[in-house]
Amino acid sequence: MKFERYGIGIAKGMTVTFRHLFRKPVTTQYPEERLTVSRRTRGNELIWSKEKCTGCATCAKTCPQGVIEIITSRGEDNNYIVEKFEVDTGYCISCGLCVEACPYDALFMGYAYERAKYCRGELMMAKEDLLLSDEKQPSGYARPEVEAALPQQTLLLDRAEYLDKVKKRWDLRLPFGF
Amino acid sequence: MAIKTEPFVLNLGPVHPSTHGVFRMRTTLDGEVVVDMEPVFGYLHRGIEKLAEERTYTGVIPLTDRLDYLASMSNNLAYVLAVEKLAGTTVPERAEYLRVIMAELQRIASHLIAVGAFLNDCGAFMTPILYMIREREKILDLFDMVCGQRLTYNYMRVGGVSHDIPDEFLPALDKFVRRMPGFIDEYDRLLEKNEILLVRAKGVGILPKELAINISAGGPVLRGSGVKWDIRKADPYSVYDRFEFDIPTGTVGDCYDRYRVRIEEMRQSVRIIKQAMEQLPLGAVKSEVPHLIRPPVGEAYAHIEAPKGELGFYLVSDNSIAPYRCAIRAPSLINLTALRDMVRGWKVADAIATFGSIDICMGEVDR
Amino acid sequence: MTIVETSLGLGGRLAALPPDWPGGYWWHWLVFVVIILIFVVVMVMAFIYMERRGLGRLQARLGPNRAGPFGILQPVADAIKVLLKEDIIPAKGDKLVHWLAPVVAFVPALMIFAVIPFQDGALLVDLNIGILYIVAISSVAALGVFMAGWASNNKFSLLGAMRDVAQVVSYEIPLILSIAGVVLVAGSLSMNKIVEAQSVPFILLQPLGFLIFFMAACAEVNRTPFDLLEAESEIVAGFHTEYSGMKFALFYLVEYTEVLALSAIITTLFLSGWRGPLLPPFLWFLIKVVAVFFLIFWVRSTIPRLRIDQVMAFAWKCLLPLALINLFITGLEIVALPDGLPWFLIFVNIAIMAVLILLWSRFFRLGGGRVEV
Repeated sequence: MKFERYGIGIAKGMTVTFRHLFRKPVTTQYPEERLTVSRRTRGNELIWSKEKCTGCATCAKTCPQGVIEIITSRGEDNNYIVEKFEVDTGYCISCGLCVEACPYDALFMGYAYERAKYCRGELMMAKEDLLLSDEKQPSGYARPEVEAALPQQTLLLDRAEYLDKVKKRWDLRLPFGF
Repeated sequence: MAIKTEPFVLNLGPVHPSTHGVFRMRTTLDGEVVVDMEPVFGYLHRGIEKLAEERTYTGVIPLTDRLDYLASMSNNLAYVLAVEKLAGTTVPERAEYLRVIMAELQRIASHLIAVGAFLNDCGAFMTPILYMIREREKILDLFDMVCGQRLTYNYMRVGGVSHDIPDEFLPALDKFVRRMPGFIDEYDRLLEKNEILLVRAKGVGILPKELAINISAGGPVLRGSGVKWDIRKADPYSVYDRFEFDIPTGTVGDCYDRYRVRIEEMRQSVRIIKQAMEQLPLGAVKSEVPHLIRPPVGEAYAHIEAPKGELGFYLVSDNSIAPYRCAIRAPSLINLTALRDMVRGWKVADAIATFGSIDICMGEVDR
Repeated sequence: MTIVETSLGLGGRLAALPPDWPGGYWWHWLVFVVIILIFVVVMVMAFIYMERRGLGRLQARLGPNRAGPFGILQPVADAIKVLLKEDIIPAKGDKLVHWLAPVVAFVPALMIFAVIPFQDGALLVDLNIGILYIVAISSVAALGVFMAGWASNNKFSLLGAMRDVAQVVSYEIPLILSIAGVVLVAGSLSMNKIVEAQSVPFILLQPLGFLIFFMAACAEVNRTPFDLLEAESEIVAGFHTEYSGMKFALFYLVEYTEVLALSAIITTLFLSGWRGPLLPPFLWFLIKVVAVFFLIFWVRSTIPRLRIDQVMAFAWKCLLPLALINLFITGLEIVALPDGLPWFLIFVNIAIMAVLILLWSRFFRLGGGRVEV
């Protein structure tokens, strides 16, 4: 006996919604709780290694947007000295083709994603801004040795265990996750 | 004795909470009944086809991400298949299977948003779309693990894919695939036999079978009208002929049928992913192609079954490092041409619901 | 107890005149006006908070929890934000009507609380036509909505306002008829007496009446599934698209005040008001009001909305005949058993309700369809 159109469909839907009251909500309270990003994340900055770069400009040729500007001069021992290596991060689309293309592994994608600036001029990064530092860490995109050293990604599937481990600083949290 | 009424023009304008992007519907209304409807689009035109002529073949792949931004993997796949047809490259087995897994995961993600947005337009106040976004987050995390981004992947390359999957991918995918049918059942229990949804969506916005075939619609729009046509079975590309799956079709061609077709397609995608995971071979993920590819002079057209319909790329090459012409057959644009006939005679609320059920992404329509 | 006896004894010609209040009638009036204003303001803020957190939990997310501990001050933050906004008046709109519309919409919603009993005999005024007064006053609020739609000089707003007037007017009739069933069983129009007659809550004696009243009242206050005039996905915000600042806040308040009034009326009419075993009666009243509100926003989070012609068809073809039949059957029961209703009528009524709903769902069609153009 089919019970369509007698209000049963609505009642079934309402039981589904009601059951959600007893599940943990899936919200992550940023900025107190942050999920670990992927090991290969393509963050919105580039990291340049001065020692390994030879000034071949393969990255500049591969970039679809043309955001990398390289000016070199000839040095002794018949190599290039890189005088200017500027990246316009405002125009970059974080596609990662430059990182894949570099034959000497001198370019890395950044690991951070909170790099907003207040002034548009600060988006042009010269060679000093692109060096490795404590704030600028590389991600493992196309760089397997960096990838092996980073923590594995937290998925929403494992979120409950992850959040139990992270010490939360949210002082007024009720015991049952209100 | 009829009352004399005068139709007036209402602009469901480009900026509107439910037009799925910037799309303008100039409707002529007689009271609440839509007498005529004129679609105006082009607000999101970015010149992708022209930009493609100035980038190398590999450099066009990030551009294709941004066509249908809710289903980037499918766009990448269609373009890369076209270039491989031109250049005659072969793809290793493992790469083919990875492509299939990614394409089917993308199909699930795109249909989740499509169904959720349709239900949102019908008025269900964000509850179904929030549940579906919760599942979509899991798929986006899987993609994030593989290629580092959540929306514009830039994952497929000419001759394979760009990266192999990391170790944590297959266990996570297994967990996802085991739990997803339960979630689809939960959506069904929430809304499948809901009387109000039945009344809102059954019989509304009918697309007759002949009209669907004549305007060359594709995807769930075509299958909802009763035509059993799926490119994965009719003209198989990649390794789709090695999997078993059904093609759900509707009968009448109304909004409810399209909604059911999408839900059933999600179930079939889960089935394909399970089979692909079992059959996944070891090996390389990318064949050796030169850094800057120069295909021989010629033209090629490759089409795939994207979540929204038949997505096709037509490439003309003149033996240089950039394509000479890249033309895109966008499914949303072709499906949109039927909107006027589907909507005339219905009310404003039905126009919005019908528009939501065709599942348009303005990035594709305007390119 | 003296309050009750006095108000019952004086009946209809005077308002309740409690002799033991110092200062007599005007003190009583002043105290209750203050109580009602505080009650309405605090409960509306509590309702806004409860709805946002509750909807969040029903949708697997948290609601707002940043403004104050657990987000309790969120409605206060909303109120402050809205007060600081610029007041925009459309240039070609009707300025006087634009200014008057929120006032006309808000005042009747507030006036409903004059006759709702918070405790045994504790009302502002115990009219002997209590429920009729409520029905009469609530019709005025629809006029405010229409004025808002007209004065905005905007096709979307006018469309929304006309839909709203049609809806409110159509749903008045099943509303009144289902109230008539309750009045028949209770034997009086006065709200206080209706609560006192409920030794068995009327939701059990009049299940069909409860359902009809609930649906008709949801349509009156424009809640889902009948909220098509503020359907965000269709006509942006309906009649209050062009409002900003305090006037918009008044419309927002109107919606929640009407929902609060509706919950209070349902509690009084069907759930036996302030009666309950252990706790003080005021607390029982609050608990029941919150329970009804939970039901209202639970429904909001689950089901989609109806189209306007389906709304009208539902009122005229489904609710109205059912309400008439309900009234008829109640009348038959009253006539057949004049000395109080026995308890087995509960099961009889529930069975009749099930049969009627089955029959009606099978046979009636909901509106519209395609119009030939």
